[in-house]
Amino acid sequence: MSRSTETRPAWMGKPTPFASVSRALGIVLMCALVIFPFLVVVSTSLATQTEIDRNGGYVIIPTEISFEAYRQIFNGTQVTRSIIISVGITVVGTLFSLTCTVLAAYGLSRKGSLFQKGLLTFVLITLLFGPGMIPVYLMVKNMGMLNTYWALIIPGAVSAFNIIIIRGFIQSIPQEMFEAARIDGASEWRVLWQLVIPLSRASIAVVGLFLAVGYWNNYFGPLLYLTDTDKWPLQLLMRSFVLQNNISSTAQQIPGMVRPPQQAVQMAFVVISTIPILLAYPFLTKHMSKGMLTGAVKG
Amino acid sequence: MAIDVKSTAPAPVRRLSRKDLQSGEPDRKVPFLARWRRDYPLLIMVAPAVIVLMLFTYIPLLGNVIAFMDYVPFLGIRDSEWVGFDNFTALFADAGFWNAFSNTLQVTALQLILFFPVPIMLAVFLNSVMRSGVKKFTQSVIYLPHFLSWVIIVALFQQMFGGAGVVNRFLINNGISPLDIMSNPETFKLLITFQGIWKDAGWGTIIFLAAIAAIDASQYEAAAIDGAGSFKRFWHVTLPGMRPIIVLMLILRLGDSLTVGFEQILLQRDAVGPGAAEVLDTFVYFNGVVDGNWGAATAAGLLKGVVSLVLVLAANKFAHKLGEDGIYKS
Repeated sequence: MSRSTETRPAWMGKPTPFASVSRALGIVLMCALVIFPFLVVVSTSLATQTEIDRNGGYVIIPTEISFEAYRQIFNGTQVTRSIIISVGITVVGTLFSLTCTVLAAYGLSRKGSLFQKGLLTFVLITLLFGPGMIPVYLMVKNMGMLNTYWALIIPGAVSAFNIIIIRGFIQSIPQEMFEAARIDGASEWRVLWQLVIPLSRASIAVVGLFLAVGYWNNYFGPLLYLTDTDKWPLQLLMRSFVLQNNISSTAQQIPGMVRPPQQAVQMAFVVISTIPILLAYPFLTKHMSKGMLTGAVKG
Repeated sequence: MAIDVKSTAPAPVRRLSRKDLQSGEPDRKVPFLARWRRDYPLLIMVAPAVIVLMLFTYIPLLGNVIAFMDYVPFLGIRDSEWVGFDNFTALFADAGFWNAFSNTLQVTALQLILFFPVPIMLAVFLNSVMRSGVKKFTQSVIYLPHFLSWVIIVALFQQMFGGAGVVNRFLINNGISPLDIMSNPETFKLLITFQGIWKDAGWGTIIFLAAIAAIDASQYEAAAIDGAGSFKRFWHVTLPGMRPIIVLMLILRLGDSLTVGFEQILLQRDAVGPGAAEVLDTFVYFNGVVDGNWGAATAAGLLKGVVSLVLVLAANKFAHKLGEDGIYKS
């Protein structure tokens, strides 16, 4: 315990044993509240039917590991397709959104350039007013984007908040570098590509990751705009599959095969849709607080 | 929205262009055509974002005129009939609208009382953890649920608290009758408040932790020398130091009073029925997109938008009265 006093200032005094113990308990409790549900989900997805039945619907630590549920999920054509759709929307959406955002952030970063003030105001006003669900829906419909993936990507692609975050980073690049580049005769496009993007790579990566998480998690967009169930991405399928217990249409039955435990398949579904988030998570935590704070809105 | 946590605003630096370098003229003296020639690539760069905002924010903003129309999709905006404030009159006579309105306010009130203080307390608690390794690990764990979709969160809650969930199985095994947590209209609003806490309270600590970190340590030292114990230091140093951020977050939350977890509620509305679960956003969705009452639904959405804007401006004004900066400085 001696290490814990290292950073403690002298004036603070030693904590009482009671304080130390309750603090430790608090930490354990907080972490357990988050981790325990995941443990149950992962364990149940790996358990066998008999064990789940014996326990009555869930398993905390499986005694026998079975990957039947995952095999089943990747057999079902609809599930496999929904994963591909979700990945596609996430990749294309993030690229499109990020391109618009970075271009606009650089285009608006130079004080005193032509129309800069007016365009910045145009962007910032959107932080104050939202147009509402119905008018946007009707716009998407009138543009013929209903039941296409573009409806999930384009309407929400540009967020003033993201533009302001990246713009802030671009403005913190030393001005001398721009001057040098311009004296050397570099065009704006070249400055953007060879100077701005390499130097603000970290902030662009963070915004990109947040965008990707948003596209991956989006469930209302597809519900609103995709009428064709064949086009459903993972989140929407998971809703009907896990929350509405609609298993028969999703899992293909192979004659003679043991039907995998329904609970396990549902939980396997949850695990699969969580994995991309967990993979991106280390990168998110690395930069997120920095991005959150330095991105604090500057007009 | 100036969240001035860490002021990194760069000093205004005069930008130089080739034109500038030759003439040494300040910006406003550069003729328009020369500025155009100099800056048009920047305008091209801004164009995609402007087009998207124009199409999907500004034009739909004008599209709110259908709140004053008997909108028929087949006729479009041009040929649909103007009805003045009929949609609003109908809305105010609709018990469903008032139910949604009341539910929304109830959820907001619950969130303000139960949810809002949690990130503040968690931040103070985390700040008291001295070992940076333990602190970092705890932070990473409690931030995680923020990144999960509502579908996953609801599925997790189902697994824990549903009819065949962990909690009820435990109760049954111990001879206690199971609790109806996931589909009880009576406690539905509490349920979604706690789901919100589980998902976002950890994430919400970030901004308060930054506020605590910005407090000058010498204040604590001075207080301790004057004999203030840990609670007094918290009350007289930490809390006042956090106050501007707390007020700011409160204003933002109040301005969002009429927005309460749309996706979250939509997912669980069927389990408890609209009586307990209908909020303004779901009312707009079901009335408009599902039932095709475009005019009335848009009217409800427009009303919500206008009231929200008024709320945020009023809350901000109130903060100024209390001597806080609020969202913008007066």
